[in-house]
Amino acid sequence: MPEKIRPAIIELTSVRTKEFVRETEAIFWVFGFPLILALALGFAFREKAPDRVPVAVLAGPSSQKEVAALSKSPALSPRVLNEAEAHDALRHGKVSLVIDSSHSLTYRYDPTSPDGRTARREADDALQAAAGRRDVMPARDEFVREQGARYIDFLIPGLLGMNLMGTGMWGMGFTIANARMKKLLKRLIATPMRKSQYVMSQFLSRLIFLTVEVIVLVAFGWLVFGVRVNGSILALTILCIVGGYAFSGLGLLTASRARTLEGVSGLMNLIMMPMWLCSGVFFSYERFPSSVKPFIRALPLTMLNDALRAVMNDAAPLTKVLPHLAVLAAWGIVTFAIGLKIFRWQ
Amino acid sequence: MPGEAVSCRGLKKYYADVKAVDGLDLSVGNGECFGLLGPNGAGKTTTIEILEGLTVPDDGQVEVLGMTWKQNERRLRERIGISLQETQLSEKLTVHETVRLFRSFYPAGPDPDSLIHDMSLDEKRNSRVGKLSGGQKQRLAAACALVGDPDILFLDEPTTGLDPQSRLQLWEVVAKFRSLTTHYMEEAERLCDRIAIVDHGHLIALGTPKELIAKLEAPNIIEFTSDPALPPDTFQDIPGCHGCSPRGNAWQLRVDSLAEAVPQLIAAVEESGAKLVTLSTHAATLEDLFVSLTGRELRDA
Ligand SMILES: Nc1ncnc2c1ncn2[C@@H]1O[C@H](COP(=O)(O)OP(=O)(O)OP(=O)(O)O)[C@@H](O)[C@H]1O
Ligand SMILES: [Mg+2]
Repeated sequence: MPEKIRPAIIELTSVRTKEFVRETEAIFWVFGFPLILALALGFAFREKAPDRVPVAVLAGPSSQKEVAALSKSPALSPRVLNEAEAHDALRHGKVSLVIDSSHSLTYRYDPTSPDGRTARREADDALQAAAGRRDVMPARDEFVREQGARYIDFLIPGLLGMNLMGTGMWGMGFTIANARMKKLLKRLIATPMRKSQYVMSQFLSRLIFLTVEVIVLVAFGWLVFGVRVNGSILALTILCIVGGYAFSGLGLLTASRARTLEGVSGLMNLIMMPMWLCSGVFFSYERFPSSVKPFIRALPLTMLNDALRAVMNDAAPLTKVLPHLAVLAAWGIVTFAIGLKIFRWQ
Repeated sequence: MPGEAVSCRGLKKYYADVKAVDGLDLSVGNGECFGLLGPNGAGKTTTIEILEGLTVPDDGQVEVLGMTWKQNERRLRERIGISLQETQLSEKLTVHETVRLFRSFYPAGPDPDSLIHDMSLDEKRNSRVGKLSGGQKQRLAAACALVGDPDILFLDEPTTGLDPQSRLQLWEVVAKFRSLTTHYMEEAERLCDRIAIVDHGHLIALGTPKELIAKLEAPNIIEFTSDPALPPDTFQDIPGCHGCSPRGNAWQLRVDSLAEAVPQLIAAVEESGAKLVTLSTHAATLEDLFVSLTGRELRDA
């Protein structure tokens, strides 16, 4: 009984999927690594009493009294150091502020350091109060710990975006460069296979793994850290697919001419590095100077992360992330077009 | 079906420092098994890849089944089968998955399992390609070449690394088809209707194996070594000798009749005061033709 022959696109996709599943190490990097990263960072930044900022009081007749006053502030951890020690400690970041009361009261700190500025304010309040200053208006604190505003809530969408970038680029780029090096691409174009079918099947099998990846990471965030998807699942799905498309295109472009795996690895890292650093995976990119922000916002990972956070944390509707989707789709279309155009089959 | 299956004229392909193919004319008829024979680097792979439409020649015309690659690439691809000299098929797939994948590219062709059977790979049907021996991989490559039921089969060194039995087996398959390159002259002699011998990108001889061997004016070869080695003029004048060439530290003489030449040679060697160390004779082969045409050997030229 002759075997039923399935269409080439299905064969190619199924074969690519099997190859991946049989590649044990790849499975770890795609599924295991982001979970470990989420776990490590999630615990490192879990909620706890805010750290006290270490400050130094220069040794002198009144230093003990000052330490006692500073200790009343919940934000400071004071200690007494001599002039030389204090100088070094400040320079090395072991303390954020040095208080010198030998002549007039002097605060020494780095004005660009947030810890320095906080310590300066807290220390001044504590010392002025100890010296008898009275607040003219009574005030009280109200602490907000909303779900969706914790660090882990910020982190999980970032990791999701980073993972979509990594697997999209490696998944496409490495496979293609490898097949080219082994002359498999050359063998394939010696058949009537359509070139577009090959590239399409690469992307389709990517989508299969992308689904698994996203489900694993989102479920993990939810079960372990209670990170919920506040927006619609449909919006999240569309974002992941369009994001996956953009990064598959970038992977294709990266690998479109490379002859060696080393070459393609280097190029990949070169392209991904700026996005790891600037696109707000671990920390918000709001701190970057406003002159470079337009460039950062043009990067696909920035758009994906922003949109993922908007949907997962702020329950943004799909219409609100349309600009993000447009930028991602543009990346995908342009990279696929150029990548296919300059593609080297042998 | 008479006519030309493959033809090329004035084929040229120059790389930076080598003329891989340098003005080659070939014509292969329908139903013909045609072999390209030549030493390493002769330009066989370059030629066959130009014919297969994988390499664009710098100059010259190629027609396959009456079509050109420029105008009919897709239709041609459906009608030819190819095995490249150095493809590594995906190691993570099984034999059956690989054949089925290639089968899916063609509109018609044999059933994957029957092809696997023809190539005696039944036992390995579900083994990963990475776990196959070199010869089994070659047979799988041949299966992938046959999977679209091609009209023309291009095989580049299809039996390199095969054991004698597998080689015979592949020959049987090839016997039903038409084109191959090889540097095994035995293979070419047995299988091919016609053979082209190429060297440095030039055609140096073309014909049926019999015709080619007949080109060698003398049908017999004497190979001998002596102590001390002798200069050629000591034995060049032996009657019926058409020439000699060095082969390693031995001399090869091409002669009309062994019965006549051997006693004369022995006498000539003794006369010059040297001692005969080894002496052997054989009927001329393509290898000898190549040596006589180029003065070099096929395998390590
Ligand atoms: N892509 C290339 N770039 C530069 N030189 C090449 C290239 N391909 C082949 N050559 C050169 O062209 C010449 C012919 O090579 P080719 O592969 O056609 O020889 P061949 O007859 O198939 O040899 P073999 O028996 O070793 O397979 C060689 O000198 C080779 O170095
Ligand atoms: Mg070759």
